[in-house]
Amino acid sequence: MSRRILITGAVLADGTPTDILVSDGIVAELGTGLSDAEALAIDGAGLIALPGLVDLHTHLREPGFEHSETVLTGSRAAAAGGFTAVHAMANTSPVADTAGVVEQVQALGEDAGYVTVRPVGAVTIGLAGGQLAEIGAMAQSRAKVRVFSDDGKCVSDAVLMRRALEYVTTFDGVVAQHAQEPRLTEDAQMNEGALSSELGLEGWPAVAEEAIIARDVLLAEHVGARLHVCHVSTAGSVDVVRWAKARGIRVTAEVTPHHLLLTEDLARSYDARFKVNPPLRNQADVEALRAGLADGTIDIIATDHAPHPVEDKDCAWADAAFGMVGLESALSVVQSALIESGILGWADVARVLSRVPAEIGRVAGYDRGIAQGAPANITLVDPAARREFARGDLRGRSANSPYLGMTLPGRVVATIHRGYPTVLDGELRSVQQVAISKGKEGNESRG
Amino acid sequence: MRHLLSTRGITRDQAVQILDVAEDMADVATREVPRLPVLRGKTVVNLFYEDSTRTRISFEAAAKRLSADVINFSAKGSSVSKGESLKDTAQTLAAMGADAVIIRHQSSGAPEVLARSGWIDAGIVNAGDGTHEHPTQALLDAFTIRRRIHGQAARGKGLEGCRVTIVGDILHSRVARSNVWLLTCLGAQVSLVAPATLMPLAIGEWPVEVDYDLDHALSAGPDVVMMLRIQAERMHDAFFPNAREYSRQWGLDDERLARLPESSMVMHPGPMNRGLEISAGAADSPRSTVREQVANGVSVRMAVLYLLLAGAMEEAA
Repeated sequence: MSRRILITGAVLADGTPTDILVSDGIVAELGTGLSDAEALAIDGAGLIALPGLVDLHTHLREPGFEHSETVLTGSRAAAAGGFTAVHAMANTSPVADTAGVVEQVQALGEDAGYVTVRPVGAVTIGLAGGQLAEIGAMAQSRAKVRVFSDDGKCVSDAVLMRRALEYVTTFDGVVAQHAQEPRLTEDAQMNEGALSSELGLEGWPAVAEEAIIARDVLLAEHVGARLHVCHVSTAGSVDVVRWAKARGIRVTAEVTPHHLLLTEDLARSYDARFKVNPPLRNQADVEALRAGLADGTIDIIATDHAPHPVEDKDCAWADAAFGMVGLESALSVVQSALIESGILGWADVARVLSRVPAEIGRVAGYDRGIAQGAPANITLVDPAARREFARGDLRGRSANSPYLGMTLPGRVVATIHRGYPTVLDGELRSVQQVAISKGKEGNESRG
Repeated sequence: MRHLLSTRGITRDQAVQILDVAEDMADVATREVPRLPVLRGKTVVNLFYEDSTRTRISFEAAAKRLSADVINFSAKGSSVSKGESLKDTAQTLAAMGADAVIIRHQSSGAPEVLARSGWIDAGIVNAGDGTHEHPTQALLDAFTIRRRIHGQAARGKGLEGCRVTIVGDILHSRVARSNVWLLTCLGAQVSLVAPATLMPLAIGEWPVEVDYDLDHALSAGPDVVMMLRIQAERMHDAFFPNAREYSRQWGLDDERLARLPESSMVMHPGPMNRGLEISAGAADSPRSTVREQVANGVSVRMAVLYLLLAGAMEEAA
């Protein structure tokens, strides 16, 4: 495979038509009329060139839950969805609460080569909410962890949360909080409201999320730390974050694609594919989340890709696991929920799915987007495509997608990670092809 | 009728049809040999993940009176206690040729999952799922009310004008949910009485009146007072301070019973906590329908099984 790639006739997120010459892992040249006979040619006509997508919230499940996903299979799902960097959440087994585990996850990511895998470190040992994990050791390890989260569990103890916020400041890190008051959500199954009352499913009240966010933004203000709020799901949470930002508190917030498109009404079928934590809310919440993204209250979109094996979803609702896969569908769902409704443009998508998540996670190389001299992380999307989302579109190990059978817009045609393709002509490159490309670029950067 | 999963969404015609067939089934019970050959060769499985001897034997008696073969499958001490999934159990029952599965499950929606899954082709009857629904209980309650009001002339009638007050742990009660949908569909006016902690959220969207004050609710002289079983353990989750206070505020005691009109019925789905939500005097008074409810339960369940398993033949004919 050539070390150079020439994309012709594409349009950047801001609407600028351009050719893009990628060479030695970086964007070598931009402009129209570029030519390079030896480069791998990609016809970009009709395609939008987005900066490589960055996911701040991914569950890769390895080590420990390899029957759901591995770093390799999750990396492939990510590349297929147009991502070039993902943050691997810490709720593995063993938990990513030591330098050893985060370095292992990072090494597995490097070996796979499809995306840059940035491990997230646990805030507390074993996610148990009792004692701080070795945050410093993880920050200073080869994995250089900057995001710390007990995701899946809330750091509910106020003193521990305060200390965590303060302590990570030492390492320029951020605590990403899974905001869920545990006592208010014992046995919770779905959004609490009229529908949960009717269906007889234990409610997960909005206040359980909002109360923790309110407490945490005030803690962040008090100790002068920055805070990141995972998967904001309610209108009230958007209000609290908006208030905090107006007050000058250093808080960032994420929303998932599914909370931007789907509502709790899907639970009426008791089909556990729609069981997720935090739960799907109602239409008013969906609209508030969209508005929050539009006005900048919510900073980023993150997938919360959560693979589960068939048997964990093929059962009664209460017995099923929480979570849905989302890497492969994210961009299409964003296009459906936000672009087609005119709430965001493609430049906003580049911001909320690439530049800002990279900034929050301290991932280098994404601050300028597709620019001359910047690392070549590029996602080519065909916005005119439409398809019925099907099992074949899922490229990870698990199939617990809520979108199967839905018609979604857009298609990732090519993904370029550090200057080499991981997806070409809409197809994932093979493990061998990626290994060869990666090796060449690796030699280049060492040479 | 393919399945009976809930009373939510049932039409008045469907409900009246079931109750009318149940009247026919009740007549069968008065015969010298109380048995019909209509489900001969059919296999009905009682799949019970929760203990409920009362409901199980009621379904068992109903199936046997219709000459069906009955298999009782209790989760305790079975393959389920060894970790077998609902899916595998369903496929096992399908392989054994079950024509109908009566399922009692601790998880809301389990019967719906079973009916939709494709794991098994049998008709599914919900015999109580979590805190969701218990449709045959509501049907037997409606049947009991209709018989008390209309006697032998009950066929074809609904419950128009009938005022029903349901008292107790509405939040956790599948009986309350099924009754709200069914009784209102049949034309009854339903009011719910409970402390606010035991009232479901957004209850304002239900087609019912809500009252926190039992004495106030009883002063309106309802035709039916339905007392729900209260679990004393609820006090540990702070739903109410203790059993004494609950009983004082929301229990049907002798004094409250005496204030009810002579014609009012006192119902209870059983099993009762005498002295907690209902006094012995109320439970045993002539107004109490508790024993009728048990007898009518068999007739109603016969009707449901008949419509589920023999109904298809009628449609084909």
